Amino acid sequence: MKLIIAIIQPHRLDHVRAELYKQDVNLLSVSEILGHGRQKGVTEVYRGVKESGNLLRKIRLEIAVNEAFVERTVAAIVRGAKTGRTGDGKIFIVPLDECVRIRTEERGSTAIG
Amino acid sequence: MPNFNAADTLFVLISASFVMLMSPGLALFYGGMVRKKNILSVLMQCFAALCLLSAAWVIFGYSLTFAPGSGFWGGLQWVVLKGVGFELFAEYSATVPNNVFMIYQCMFAVITPALIAGAFAERIRFSAYLLFTLLWSTFVYNPLCHWVWGSGGWLRNMGVLDFAGGIVVHTSAGIAALVMTLLIGRRKSLPHNPSPHNLPLVAIGTGLLWFGWFGFNAGSALGVNAVAVNAFIVTNSAAAASGISWCILEWVRNGKPTLFGLLTGCIAGLATITPCAGFVTPAAGLLIGFFASIVCFIGVALLKPKFNYDDSLDAFGVHGIGGIFGSLAVGLYASRSVNPAGADGYFYGNLRQLGIQTLGVLVTVLFVAIGTVVIYKLVDFFVRMRVDEEDELLGLDLSQHHERAYTILE
Repeated sequence: MKLIIAIIQPHRLDHVRAELYKQDVNLLSVSEILGHGRQKGVTEVYRGVKESGNLLRKIRLEIAVNEAFVERTVAAIVRGAKTGRTGDGKIFIVPLDECVRIRTEERGSTAIG
Repeated sequence: MPNFNAADTLFVLISASFVMLMSPGLALFYGGMVRKKNILSVLMQCFAALCLLSAAWVIFGYSLTFAPGSGFWGGLQWVVLKGVGFELFAEYSATVPNNVFMIYQCMFAVITPALIAGAFAERIRFSAYLLFTLLWSTFVYNPLCHWVWGSGGWLRNMGVLDFAGGIVVHTSAGIAALVMTLLIGRRKSLPHNPSPHNLPLVAIGTGLLWFGWFGFNAGSALGVNAVAVNAFIVTNSAAAASGISWCILEWVRNGKPTLFGLLTGCIAGLATITPCAGFVTPAAGLLIGFFASIVCFIGVALLKPKFNYDDSLDAFGVHGIGGIFGSLAVGLYASRSVNPAGADGYFYGNLRQLGIQTLGVLVTVLFVAIGTVVIYKLVDFFVRMRVDEEDELLGLDLSQHHERAYTILE
């Protein structure tokens, strides 16, 4: 089992979701976050006072999958999120020790899907 | 002292402040509808119009529009309000001084171009917006307003009735909105229409607009009299009926009535009743309001998806269609018993008035469409109308103004 964490541009979310559904990946969590990579953030000015390097809005996806789904999930996220410009984001894949479905108390791979 | 009427003058001044409040009202109405990365750009557009066009109106706008002049527009004799004092100018009002009429009309000149902003929201460059607004106001609004309301205006002399701006304000802004949305193109990366980011703001905006509309419509009587009170009642009735009918439509068609639908219906009714307010009975007001939502609903919910144009906030669908429908409705429901200075419409035995209204609307649609295309091309050539794709995706608040409305972290 793996936990796939992807940081993407907010406006690519709909595209990424569409790609994921095509791959039968229907379970995901989405959160709105702030951050920046190589873009170094944006400049903001309030009443003439300039503040540079402010954080940018990003979207974080968290998807827990069984091994067989890892590559197609990653490929789907890349297809949906890639524009080729700086700021497209990153995908982190981390091992997942355990997973429990609260309703049934199932554990492991059966609990994921 | 000139022979002015104190009650009338006070009424028009207060009406002017009501109408001024419609610009911030419109800002919130529109601002709540856009995505949260663009709300400041919309508020900025409305407030910038208030500043820029107020100044332009005093410097040359009022003179070009209302000074007695040629057939096309007014003269230059009232530039910087030279000669526009506390004296009466009988052709506009026999009881309210010229400079009071001037500041009242100023608020109309401000809100009309601001209405168009709903069509190109979320993708226009701020500098291009300013230039477009100033040029459109000068070369489209000022002449058109002169034709319909100005001394010697040819549509006015022909008998076109427009009580408070169904043609001058709503038809003109609505048609300009349609042209702008076609020329500037769809917003990027929108697989579906984005949800409004803050409907409570839309509700507050609607409230302010409805309130301000009393100044807009009743104030257009330019005095404390039967026509003004009738216009007040007709305005409220139409807004109410229109809100109800939009709700019914949604209930029947989609299963649930929505707040956004009700608010849209109210605004559609207000826009539609604007040309009629001082000429029709309250019963006719209810009826016109009821049909206003039906007509505008067709525009917003059926035509827009079918023709696939991206009128972001339905400036054409609500103001354009409502304004045209209302301007034609004058030709049906107007009655001399309501306003002796008006005319009878078709239902009172005068088919001719309907013809005159139709002609007035056609002339306006043509003139505004051509004028808007020319101004768009000019502005686009010199400063580029549309933002870069990256700026659009980042949001206009950050890309055009370097600030944002909401924070996630302090």
